[in-house]
Amino acid sequence: MAKQNDIKYLSTTRVDRRPKKYCRFKKLGIKYIDYKDAEFLKKFLNDQGKMLPRRLSGNSLKYQRKVAVAIKKARQMALLPYVTDLMK
Amino acid sequence: MATETTNQKLQSYELMVIFTPVLAEEEYKAAQQKFSDIITTNGGSIVHSDAMGLRSLAYPIAKKTTGLYWLIEYQSPTDVNVKLEVQLGRDESIMRQMITRLDKYAVEYNERRRSGVKLTHTPKNATEGVETEEEA
Repeated sequence: MAKQNDIKYLSTTRVDRRPKKYCRFKKLGIKYIDYKDAEFLKKFLNDQGKMLPRRLSGNSLKYQRKVAVAIKKARQMALLPYVTDLMK
Repeated sequence: MATETTNQKLQSYELMVIFTPVLAEEEYKAAQQKFSDIITTNGGSIVHSDAMGLRSLAYPIAKKTTGLYWLIEYQSPTDVNVKLEVQLGRDESIMRQMITRLDKYAVEYNERRRSGVKLTHTPKNATEGVETEEEA
């Protein structure tokens, strides 16, 4: 009977499907990303202050670029750091 | 319209300045007034001026860890910015400045934020006719 159990586990067990990633700007109809809003932009940075790639942030290309521009502006105006530890 | 220069379209811009934190209250106000005047005397109009005051910087600038922020949104003809930047560069109390051009979405966003209207998120196909509710 151990063999029976083994066979069961060898078949593909359906792990919960991860929720489908989507671009939050497209979905919510947000057209402008404000560089002054540091708290909002922190969502797109990792704990070292680096920008998250598109495959992690889920943004479409157009809005990922806008986010990148906004983050760079915020960094220049010292609203966000360039590099840090323990930001989150 | 006799003294008006050739048809110049007004563009929306946003200037953000970081002053040194050691500035006294009157000097801070005087500096703001000085640059506001440069804009208005050259044919611009000020939409909104916001002195955000003392804030911590994310990293030290010129060995200082805080700064006096000033944000001003204005409309002006397109040649004013060069003059403004020259004057900003001369001022010794300015640590950093940035002029951004605002597109129509940015202008709309700023207006919405100022009027305190909360945006309930619009579905993908809505353009105008955004659902709004007054902030309590």
